[in-house]
Order: sequence, then structure tokens, then C-alpha cells
Amino acid sequence: MAFEIPNFAPALPEIFVLTMICVVLVVDLFLTDKNRSITYLLSQATLLGAAVLSVIVQSSVPEYTFGGMFVNDGMGTVLKLFIYLSTAIVFIYSREYLIERGLFKGEYFVLALFAVLGMMVMVSANNLLVIYLGLEVLSLAMYAMVALNRDSDVASEAAMKYFVLGAIASGMLLYGMSMLYGATGSLDHTAIASFIQQGSSDDIVLKFALVFIIIGLAFKLGAVPFHMWVPDVYHGAPTAITLFITAAPKIAAFAMLMRLLVEGLGGLIDHWQDMLIILAVLSIIAGNVIAIAQTNIKRMLAYSTISHVGFLLLGIIAGTSSGYSAAMFYVIAYTLMSLAGFGMIILLSRNGFEADKLEDFKGLNQRSPWFAGMMLIVMFSMAGVPPTVGFYAKLAVLSAVVDTGLVWLAVLAVVFSVIGAFYYLRVIKYMYFDDAVDNTPISSAYDMRAVMSANGLLILFLGIYPTGLIALCTAVLA
Amino acid sequence: MPLLSLVIWLPILGGLAVLAASRHTTDANIRWMALAVSAVTFLVSLPLFFSFDNSTHEMQFVEMASWIPTFNINYHLGVDGISMPLILLTAFSTIFVVAAGWEVIKDRVAQYMAAFLIMEGMMIGVFAALDSVLFYVFWEAMLIPMFIVIGVWGGPRRVYATIKFFLYTFFGSVFLLVALLYLYFQADKSFAILDFHALKIGIEAQILIFFAFLIAFAVKVPMWPVHTWLPDAHVEAPTGGSVILAAIMLKLGAYGFVRFMMPIVPDASFELDWLIILMSLVAIVYIAFVALVQEDMKKLIAYSSIAHMGFVTLGFFLVFTIFEKTGSIQGAVLGVEGALVQMVSHGFISGAMFLCVGVMYDRMHSRNISDYGGVTNTMPVFAALMLFFAMANAGLPGTSGFVGEFMVILSAFQANFWYAFLAALTLIFGAAYTLWMVKRVLFGEVKNDKVAELKDLNAREAMILGTLAAAVLILGLWPAPLIDVMHATVNNLLEHVVVSKL
Repeated sequence: MAFEIPNFAPALPEIFVLTMICVVLVVDLFLTDKNRSITYLLSQATLLGAAVLSVIVQSSVPEYTFGGMFVNDGMGTVLKLFIYLSTAIVFIYSREYLIERGLFKGEYFVLALFAVLGMMVMVSANNLLVIYLGLEVLSLAMYAMVALNRDSDVASEAAMKYFVLGAIASGMLLYGMSMLYGATGSLDHTAIASFIQQGSSDDIVLKFALVFIIIGLAFKLGAVPFHMWVPDVYHGAPTAITLFITAAPKIAAFAMLMRLLVEGLGGLIDHWQDMLIILAVLSIIAGNVIAIAQTNIKRMLAYSTISHVGFLLLGIIAGTSSGYSAAMFYVIAYTLMSLAGFGMIILLSRNGFEADKLEDFKGLNQRSPWFAGMMLIVMFSMAGVPPTVGFYAKLAVLSAVVDTGLVWLAVLAVVFSVIGAFYYLRVIKYMYFDDAVDNTPISSAYDMRAVMSANGLLILFLGIYPTGLIALCTAVLA
Repeated sequence: MPLLSLVIWLPILGGLAVLAASRHTTDANIRWMALAVSAVTFLVSLPLFFSFDNSTHEMQFVEMASWIPTFNINYHLGVDGISMPLILLTAFSTIFVVAAGWEVIKDRVAQYMAAFLIMEGMMIGVFAALDSVLFYVFWEAMLIPMFIVIGVWGGPRRVYATIKFFLYTFFGSVFLLVALLYLYFQADKSFAILDFHALKIGIEAQILIFFAFLIAFAVKVPMWPVHTWLPDAHVEAPTGGSVILAAIMLKLGAYGFVRFMMPIVPDASFELDWLIILMSLVAIVYIAFVALVQEDMKKLIAYSSIAHMGFVTLGFFLVFTIFEKTGSIQGAVLGVEGALVQMVSHGFISGAMFLCVGVMYDRMHSRNISDYGGVTNTMPVFAALMLFFAMANAGLPGTSGFVGEFMVILSAFQANFWYAFLAALTLIFGAAYTLWMVKRVLFGEVKNDKVAELKDLNAREAMILGTLAAAVLILGLWPAPLIDVMHATVNNLLEHVVVSKL
């Protein structure tokens, strides 16, 4: 067998990011704390460069390389671009937060970039092992990030929980993958898909493999009943890290769902559809109901995330290309909303004050009408009230579900979204109807304020004119 | 000229401008700015009436632009004889709301004014939308400013009231959303309301859609037994909020019945019209008794609103019984037109009643009937106007309150004597609870020192109430222009409704 040099071009962004991580790591060694912003700027430059490269190497037809292990297609490019964007926003939001708490270190950026690399690999994986590789790069980086503030008991506890549960989930996933390999004799998604197409559909091993894979995916997504780590980790981690965990990794998890379930195991749709329905229903119910009881806004948003994951799954459940594009639209909309939501907590916090209680939002409208307005938009968007992007996200997944004939599922989802509206309204109540207790002026860097405003306005703008983004999601998944 | 877009976006952009200007100017300027925006909006909306073609039921002033092509959602606007008067009513009422908040609202004036202006644009959007997603967007978005208005400028239990208001209406509308999505796929991926009208749907689906619509619209109207949010919201809302709630928001639910439920699911409506008639009659009779025992003036008027809206829904759903009995829709046209006149008239009267309570509340900071007595001795002009509105509320001939109720009762006679009998009772009950309140508040000895010190209306208040009194009187004496506008549309609607779509 002759050795063939693979085509590296489609993987250029990944190669670039990996190189830059090494550069950042080395450069950071020679920097003093005073010059640490060089690390920050280098990291932002890395994301920008990766974005440029991704656009350059994009391809309208799927492009395979490394012996079919790696795929570069439209969906991958769009998802990667949103991963860069959300990570860049995370960096901007967290800069001051980290400086104030003495966490503004090279490690944060290196770990975050490693996580980005992991996500990129997941998005472009066309092979079970590559998916696993990407997932582990992402997960290990995130475990370490949660523990970054090593003097904090809560953070260490959260990291420990995250690690143990994450490791179990990875184990489940890997076990499922090994069974899949045993049954089909291949690790390649395309080969697995064609094997399932031809083979007998009642292969018991395949179904077992599917169950384990879905458990692994559900853990990573934070879908009920595999959601226990979500509130603890969101709550325990420093807000800047929570911000990171909640945004881009959800995009990667969506990509993993698409690559594994839809592209690899699409032939088993009848089986995974039912399993996902259970996960979605439980997530929507538990997420929305338990969130009501929370007094910590980070925990509340964690449960809100769980319910959003349920909605996201609705699009996948539909099993149609319009459903997949609806789910993709949902995950992008969700990322924008959660960035703004957690970003607002960072905006209000200062050294020694985390602003992570619901009460800390009291009277925000008096302190800063503008940012209260932004948070109002974010909360209504999460509740799915028009004219915000959250409404179209829900509209799209619900329409996909209704199209499949699962009207009861749509009814259930909307009823629980009404229950969910209550806790979003409560945040607005604190901001608008209560008087401020804490009148400390809100001080934050100009770049953060500008990006925060842009983030909020984007949620509103996409609510009034979502056409472009919807069309994009539809085009890449057609 | 895109007249409808102008009427929708002018107040919304005006409201945003008011917000933006608030940093740079005084509250006084903000008030004038808001008043100017609302007045200009009303002026701009007038051509809708004067260039309206009464002879056709077709949509007029139609605007159409593609909005979200992936889902075939369009920015599609247009009005017919049912929606046009309601748009004018909205533009008209907002002027009074802005004027009513002139002195009372001292805190965050710009936000208050902006909320009402933005809400005005959205409510007009609901009436003008011909695409159901556009309709739904306005329908839901409108809740946001109202939520804020009640919650920020409301009374002591404002948080409870506003969250209840929001969740009730939100709960209702999500079923509407699912129903619209179902219809979207039935209509071959179209969200156009007029396409839905032409759709053939099986009876089982029709009944499910009927209930989805019923939940959405009954909560908004509100009909018994889902009316409980309204008294709370009214009591806690600032005067302007109460006026908009009573004058416009309640009409949105009723509008939904004629725009969506009756034409889209006529067979289910035929089957289940008894349910709506029952709910309406309970509202008319039972809620009237509830109104009778209220201690709080705003609550009393809120309950009276529910009873009056019962007339509206009754008027709409008489058509099926009448058609079954007589084989013709002629009697029913009267009922539906009466109901629509009642909607407009109730907009004036209930708005005016809430403004009257607001006038007293601003001076006395109490809404309890027992705190008042003999107001007419100190505020004669006010007492005269309030008595006039109270009479109109009770359906005195010569006022607009009489026209709609009389038409509905006449129509009800053709359907069933007992419907008419029960509906007519409201004239007695309405007189009872309204006039009893008036007696206790306005007449008798001067009750206490506070009443003795009351000052009569100032020029602003006299202007507001005087204009509304004129409107009530004109509509009562000469309702023909309004009815002419509706006639072609109502005829067409009823002809459509009695044809089975199975």
C-alpha cells in the first residue's frame, strides 16, 4: 500500500489554531502580568485568523480528507464561524472579570483555544475516533478551566463533579462506539451509514450501541435525566468560565448530534427518534419547572439551558432537513442569548461581588436603563416572545415538529414554555419593578459595553429580520 | 403611500425617539413630544376612513413584501370594514392615554410615554396584519410594554397583577401558535390568513383548532371563566394602562373571533356555538351580579367590561342558530354589526369611565366607593360628565352604548327568546351597578373633608372627557357611518361562515 500524503487544505484552520496555541503558550512564558494583554490579543488574532481561513477553505460540496476521517462542508464552516465568534465575545466579556480576580493568565487562553480546537475537530469529524478525539480535547480543557480558580471550594467541587460525570459519559460514548465498530466493522460515518442501509434493521447490537451513544450525547448536551452536572458546574465555575461552557460547546454538541445520529446512524432514525423524544420532553419539563425554584441566576440559567436543549432536540426529532436547519438556527440563537445573559452577570459583577443572585438585578432600570433594556430583550428572547430571535427559533423547531405530525409534542413544549416564561419575567420584575438596593455605578470597559449592546441589539434585530440566518441554516443543510 | 405601515411604525419609531430624547431634554418636552407623535399618528390614520371604499369586502390599503421566504412569511397588511374602525379607535385612544398621564406620571416619564406609543403601533399591527405570523408577532410583542406599564407604574399589588396578566395571555396565545403552524402545513405552506379562510379542514381537526383559538381569544376578551386576570390588571394598572386594556386590548380577542375562528373553522363553530353563547350569557348575567357588589370603582368597571364584552361574543355567534332557524343570514348581520358597534362604543365608554376614576384617584388617592360621596357638590362639571358616561355604560338610548346592545338583542330574538331575555337583563343590571355606584360616589351629602376640598376638572381633563363625551353622543345618535363601513365586510363574512368547509 503506497503512502499517500493527505490533502491538508481543508484542515488548515485546525492546523493554524494548533500552531497558534503553541505560539501563545511559549509567548506567554516570557510575559509579565503587565503585558498579559499580548496573550489576549494573540488569542483574539488566532480566532480571527481561523475565521479567515475557514472562509477561504470553505467548500460547497463536502470535501473529505485524511482518508475520509475529516470532512469540510457548509454546515461545518458556519458552525465553526459561530464557535469563533462566540469565543471571541467570551474573551471580550471575561477580560476585566479575570483581571479583577487574578485569573487573567495565559492558561485561560491556552485552555480556551484548546477547547476551540476540540470543537473544530468535532464539527468536522467523519469518523467515530475523530469525534471522540475532538470531544476529549474539548472536555479536558473545560475540566481544567472550571478548576482554574483553584482556591475556590465551589469551583474545585464543580470541576470534580464535572470531571467524574464527564468521564462516565465519555466512557458510555466510547463503549457505544466500540459496539458500533463491532457490528459494522468500520469507524467511518459514511461506511456505517451505508452498512445500516443495506444490513438487517433488527440488529440488536446496533440498537445497544445506539443507546450508549445517545446517553453519551445526552450527558454532553445536558439533557434530562443526564443533566445533574449542569447546574453545579454553571454555578460553581467562575462566571467567565460558565460563559464559555454555555456558549460554543453547545454548538459543537449540536454538530456531534448531526454527525453521529443523522449522518452516521440516520438509518436508525425510528429508534433514536423515540429516545430523543423522551429526552426532549423531560428536559423541557424539568428545566422549566426547576428553574422557577432557583434564586441564583447562574443556576436559573443553567436550568434554562436544559430546557433549551430540549427545544433543540425537537428539531432533530423531526428528522427532516427543515428540522435540522431549525435545530441549527436554535443553537445559534441560543448561543447569542446565553452569551448576553451570562455577559450581563459579568457586567454587573465587580471584585468581591459576583452579581449572581436574582436580587442583584434589583432596580437595574434605575442604574442603567440601557443595559436593563438589553437584559429585557435577552429574557424575552429566552422566553420565546417576539420580536426577538428566540421566537423564531421556537417557531422553526415547532413547525418542524408539527410537520412530522407530532402535534402533541409541540403543544407540550409550548405549555412548558409558558411555565418557563415565569422565571424570565421574574428577572424583569427585579430589574424594572423593584428599587435598586445597590447603587454602585456600573463600571466596565468600553469594549465590553459596546459588544454587550451589539449582542443585545443583534438578538432584537434577528427577531425583526431573521431571514438571512434562517436562509443560511437552510442552505447548508439542504 | 404605504398608509398602514406608516400608522404602525410612526408611533413605534416615535416611541423609540422619545426614549432616546429623554437624556437630553426635560420631562415637559417629552410629554409634548409624545402627544405630538400620537396626534400625528391619528391624523395619518384618518385617510383610512375617508378613502375607504364601503362597497367592497375586499382588503384595502394592501401592502405586501416578502419577509422570511424560507417559511413563506410575508409582511402583508390590509384592512377591511372590521379592522379599519378598530385602528382608528386605537389611534384615537392613545392620544387620551398620553394626555391622561400628563401630570400623574412623574417617574420615568419617557419610558411611560414610549411604552404606550410602541404599544399603539403593535396593536394597530395586529388589526392590520394579514399574515398570521405577523399577526402573532404583534399580538405577543404587545404584551411586553403592557407588562412593563402595569409593573412599573401600577398600584401596590402590581407585580402579582402584571405577571398574572402576562402568563394568562401568553398561555392562551401559545395554542394559537400551534394551531397556526398546523394550518400552515394544511394550507400548503402559507401563513396568509386569507388562505386559511379558503381551507377545507376535517371536522375533528376543526374542533381542535376551535379550542386552540378559543383559549387564545377567550383569555384576551376575556370571557368567563378565564376573566380573572382582568380585574387584577385593571385595578393595579395606572389610568392609561386601564384605558388601553379596556378600550383596545379586549377588542383584540373579539377581533380574533371574527378574523380567525369563524371563517377558518365554521363547522366547528356551528357545532360548538352553544358553548360560546353559554359563556357569553354567563358573562352578561353572572358577571353583572359580581360587578354589583364591588367596593372598588375600577374593579366594578372592569367587571362591567367583561359583561359588555359578553354582548360582543354573543352577537358574533348568534349567526349559526339564526341560519339554522331561518335559512338566511339577514338577522345575524344585525347581531354581528351590533357586536362590532359595541366594540367601538365600549372603547369610548369604558375608556372614559376609567379616565373618570383616574381623575378622582389623582385627587383622593382612593378608588373605594365608600371613601366618596357628594362629589357633585365640589366637582359639578366632572359629575355631569361622569353621569353621562355612566348612563352610556348602562345603555341609555342616544348614547353609543345603546346602539350596539339594542342591535344584538334584536338579533338574539331571532335566534332564541331566552338568549334575548337574558341578554336584555343586562340593561337592568348594567343600570343597577353603574347607577348605584354613581349614586354613592357623586350624590348625597359631602362625605368627608377630603371630598369637600376637591377641585373641579382642569382644562386638560375637561378637554379629554368632553371629547370622549362628544364621541359617545355622535356614535349614539348617528351610527350610520360606522355601520356602513362594516356592512359589506360583515355580509361577506357571514355568507362565508354558513358554508360548510368539510
